[in-house]
Amino acid sequence: MSAASTTQSQRENWEGEARGLAHPVDGKLDTRHGAILYLDDVTVSFDGFRALNKLTLDIGVGELRCIIGPNGAGKTTMMDVITGKTRPDSGSVFFGQTIDLTRHTEPEIAQLGIGRKFQKPTVFEAMSVHDNLALALAGNKSVWASLRSRLTGAQRDRIGELLATIRLTEQHQRQAGLLSHGQKQWLEIGMLLAQEPQLLLLDEPVAGMTDAETEKTAELLLTLKGKHSLMVVEHDMDFVGSIAQKVTVLAEGSVLAEGSLAQVQADERVIEVYLGR
Amino acid sequence: MSQPYSLKLAAAAGPRATTLGLGLLLALLMLLPLGHWALPEGHALHVSAYTLTLTGKILCYAIVALAMDLVWGYTGLLSLGHGLFFALGGYGMGMYLMRQIGRDGNYQSDLPDFMVFLDWKTLPWFWQGSEHFAWALLVIVLVPGLLALVFGWLAFRSRIKGVYFSIMTQALTFAAMLLFFRNETGFGGNNGFTDFKRILGFGIAEPATRAVLFAATVLLLALALWGAFWLVHSKFGRILTAIRDAESRLMFCGYNPLYYKLAIWVLSAVLCALAGALYVPQVGIINPSEMSPGNSIEIAIWVALGGRGTLIGPVLGAAIVNGAKSWFTVAFPEYWLFFLGFLFIAATLLLPNGVLGLLRKKGDR
Repeated sequence: MSAASTTQSQRENWEGEARGLAHPVDGKLDTRHGAILYLDDVTVSFDGFRALNKLTLDIGVGELRCIIGPNGAGKTTMMDVITGKTRPDSGSVFFGQTIDLTRHTEPEIAQLGIGRKFQKPTVFEAMSVHDNLALALAGNKSVWASLRSRLTGAQRDRIGELLATIRLTEQHQRQAGLLSHGQKQWLEIGMLLAQEPQLLLLDEPVAGMTDAETEKTAELLLTLKGKHSLMVVEHDMDFVGSIAQKVTVLAEGSVLAEGSLAQVQADERVIEVYLGR
Repeated sequence: MSQPYSLKLAAAAGPRATTLGLGLLLALLMLLPLGHWALPEGHALHVSAYTLTLTGKILCYAIVALAMDLVWGYTGLLSLGHGLFFALGGYGMGMYLMRQIGRDGNYQSDLPDFMVFLDWKTLPWFWQGSEHFAWALLVIVLVPGLLALVFGWLAFRSRIKGVYFSIMTQALTFAAMLLFFRNETGFGGNNGFTDFKRILGFGIAEPATRAVLFAATVLLLALALWGAFWLVHSKFGRILTAIRDAESRLMFCGYNPLYYKLAIWVLSAVLCALAGALYVPQVGIINPSEMSPGNSIEIAIWVALGGRGTLIGPVLGAAIVNGAKSWFTVAFPEYWLFFLGFLFIAATLLLPNGVLGLLRKKGDR
């Protein structure tokens, strides 16, 4: 069973410092050491430019981690490496204890349980909101299965739940291309959830949202914490402050500082990088 | 037999008037071969061989347009080499038709005339078996299918997209054309195959033979339309449009686009090949000019004009362009290409959704 069936008490246990808890989230994934994702000494160069420079980072099970950093710090490249889009020149990337992500393709990594939201909201614009979610649902994703596929009752219920979660129930027949920017962001998050991932990577989830939408997104992410592990890249410091317990600051392809938002904001080096002093 | 089928097709596809109209149109088309075969020449309703052949040819092109639309309109892969698959299907059928000539050729030889002319004494290995119709059918499906599979595998695995993919398909058909132009390749060089006498033992110019070939073409078009309708409304079809609109999103949803692209690409190639195989006995000739880049580009124009990503649009587009072409090339032969270019520009600028988009807009008002 997936992490969705974990009990409230387990979820509470995970909040805060979750490491060291011996709770494998899924039968397949070995997370005995409490971390769901490890990046160790990862380096990626593009034409001599080091986008990632010996980056070492890990995300705990059920943790909600925010990643901040100036433009060009390597945030998106890091997500590309985790999701198989970019292969690192050196270093290792592990999902749980045993799965080497550098050996898998993007679709395989998605099937293993890592969902990714792009910086620019990306949904299937020609399809209805409902069909977008239906396509993203977990399940057999082979050509043959797609030819014989019919939604089951359980899947319909799941789509209904997701629509309620992302507040698009009334728009479910609407063409996704006609949604507002914020709604597209939510639909994409809904599609991620439909995959039932264990780890969600969110690249600027509140960019272009109104204050009210941002607030609702923060609420949504907080309810996901515990059930899923989350890595959120964001520039909006108020938003980061409203959701984050732990913040990692990236600069020039490696970790500059890590800690609570207050801690990193007080850090001299962080101030220097951000303010250019 | 054909009429109930078409009606059933319309019923299966939904109650919409367009679909019903299409079924009726296909049923009406079935009257043409009847009018050619059953009514004597000179009868007021007699359908001439010219009319039947021209319509049959256009129907073959309509099937090609539909096949093109599946890969371009729905999946976003602009092929500028679909004429190659059409021609290969045609050559597969042509080989069989050449063998059916038997000793009735100019040189009264067992070998096809062009081989005698080249002073060949025996059939090349790749002509073995071509005297059997069943073998010809296998060749018609498997050769273009395998070529599409290998080419598609290499291109899609390397994630070649957009204009680069189009250029590669164009280069492929051009290379094949140059190869088929050579006499030594063994397919009749620039003359290709012609002067067919029989198919399955029946005289190829007999009214009954023409009527059956035409009916087979209508049937294939109907089947292709029905199959395509089913396909694009399945989950598979939605994944194709997802590839077109946001391929990376689809990959991060856990789908591998490679196999979906490959499936539709090979299916489309085989459909083109079947159309080519029906085209050759009706038109009576196949030569390498069918592989010329211009022909493949024209296919894209039919689809763009008719309406990409609709099923009926490309069929309409093929009919409109080729109908205009057959009239224009008689009336103003020098200006046809200018007119074609003008049509394409006009369609791109004024009709982004093609003729069908225009009709739908009118219908909505």
